[in-house]
Amino acid sequence: MEDGTILTELKDRFPGLVLEASAPLGDPTAVIEKNGLVEIARFLRAEPQGFGLLLDLTCVDFRGERPRFELVYHFYSLARRSRLRIKARTGEEEAWVDSLTPLWKNAAWLEREVFDMFGIRFQGHPDLRRILMYDGFDGHPLRKDYPLRRRQPRLPVRE
Amino acid sequence: MTTRLQRTAREESLLINMGPSHPAMHGTIRIMLELDGETIIDSEVEIGYLHRGFEKTCENKTWFSLLPYTDRLNYVSPLINNLGYALTMEKMMGVEAPERAQFIRVIMSEVSRLSDHLTCLAAMAMECGAFTVFLYNMKAREFLWDVIEWTTGARMTASYIRIGGVRADLHPDFRSHLKKAGEETRRVLKDVRGLLDNNPIFLGRTRGIAPISAETAVSYGWTGPCLRSTGISYDVRKAHPYCAYDRLDFEVPVGDRGDNFDRYQVRMKEMEQSLRIIEQAASLMPAGPTAIDPGWSEGREIEPAEAISGSRTRKRRERIRLSPNLEGSDKIRYPGILAAAAGRVIPPKEDVYTTIEGLISHFKFFMTGHGIRPPKGEAYFSVEGGNGELGFYIVSDGTDKPYRLHLRAPCFHIVSALEDLIRGRFLADVIPTFGSLNMIGGELDR
Repeated sequence: MEDGTILTELKDRFPGLVLEASAPLGDPTAVIEKNGLVEIARFLRAEPQGFGLLLDLTCVDFRGERPRFELVYHFYSLARRSRLRIKARTGEEEAWVDSLTPLWKNAAWLEREVFDMFGIRFQGHPDLRRILMYDGFDGHPLRKDYPLRRRQPRLPVRE
Repeated sequence: MTTRLQRTAREESLLINMGPSHPAMHGTIRIMLELDGETIIDSEVEIGYLHRGFEKTCENKTWFSLLPYTDRLNYVSPLINNLGYALTMEKMMGVEAPERAQFIRVIMSEVSRLSDHLTCLAAMAMECGAFTVFLYNMKAREFLWDVIEWTTGARMTASYIRIGGVRADLHPDFRSHLKKAGEETRRVLKDVRGLLDNNPIFLGRTRGIAPISAETAVSYGWTGPCLRSTGISYDVRKAHPYCAYDRLDFEVPVGDRGDNFDRYQVRMKEMEQSLRIIEQAASLMPAGPTAIDPGWSEGREIEPAEAISGSRTRKRRERIRLSPNLEGSDKIRYPGILAAAAGRVIPPKEDVYTTIEGLISHFKFFMTGHGIRPPKGEAYFSVEGGNGELGFYIVSDGTDKPYRLHLRAPCFHIVSALEDLIRGRFLADVIPTFGSLNMIGGELDR
């Protein structure tokens, strides 16, 4: 039960920060306070936990709920051969979390994508700007209040 | 708006654009380069030129009708994308595809992997001047695509692997097509090895160029052949087997230096393993149900219109001609290719045409608000795509549409390391380096 132990380890070590730990459909998942994100990520990355691979980062917009956004991190440990999902909620007004760029290099692009699509700011990101959409794009397309067929303003011709 | 490079570049250096419409940029990516002579001081990669809003579109499609969009992610190996999505949905709903479908899935994903690697190496070699390799690889790919075409009815955007199984059973001549494709691919691989392995031009442009250490590769979230070229043996098919991979015998080739040549070598070796997997899977695959159901009168097939009018007065026993459906999509094949999960797979056309229950279940499957409705919750599942771990993260709110669907695109992580890979190298090194990463725009930009 490798997957079970990492969740218990997390709960024992960060009792105040880990709000919930479960394994829906066999995916170990921990819901954490966003303030503890970097601390927990650093702990997970270090040996012997060894979650060295930041597999994925995305966000889900639960419009109407408070806090509204849920950031979903997937980590992978090559030694344990197991995945771990970490979720942290952040509200609409304080839509920011700490950046993981000091720990993982691919965090730079992943966080840019989440910023682009959801408008969540990552504190400490060296170059936070849009990645898939263009400069001058209005709004954040994957937010639930962004209509599917919304038109964008015309941009002036670039110099 | 100025780009980062325009702000940070030194006064005396030359700034040039490579792409987005550059022959070696495989479609749509822009690399801005700050040059000192021919040496790259710094660079900036700009992506998003092929962004179609895949995730947003999926949120507005039903679980069933978004499948064709997954074809268009990695358009060189679309069947693996289908498989990733189908398996994630099956995980969410607790559905399991029949044994025969599992083996068909394995064969089709390995055929797709072969065509993916062949395309990548073809483009990489061509850009280094080896045009013959390009033609040879394309030739082999045609034979592989014949297999796909005979099975799925389409060459690229197949939408063949469905939730709960596959779209149709195999063609009667499937094995001969597969055998032919395997032989041709083996021959091409041998020829390509002869052309490239000791070729001084190719070696000069790949060996020792753009190496990456295992630690850096992991830190960039690399997976797939690119990660394995650095010596880390991580393959989703081995680490978390899905379908029938745990019953098949294959190796995971690794490199040691993580340079362009290793990435080429790992792909070449992987193709040999894929051929092995295909052969084993073809021999282990359980036979499908017999073509003629004993309950039906043999011989004559009737047209759907005749079946519909006849079904008003009595129960029809004849086989119904299901043109233009794919061969092998008739009801008697269903136990072999689709899970017995009512409401989650399309009801057979014979029932839809001739029985009221079939018609109702057909409507219930396709009507808005009905159809596939996985339970509330979330799931992540990944398969080994052509470029690495292809993962789907799906959030369901219990309705007929996804609340959120996110694709973990392996290319995204790999291309994010490009700036680091080419820093300090020559301008010409960008071409083979970029080629060896196998950027696929559809998957990168989604």
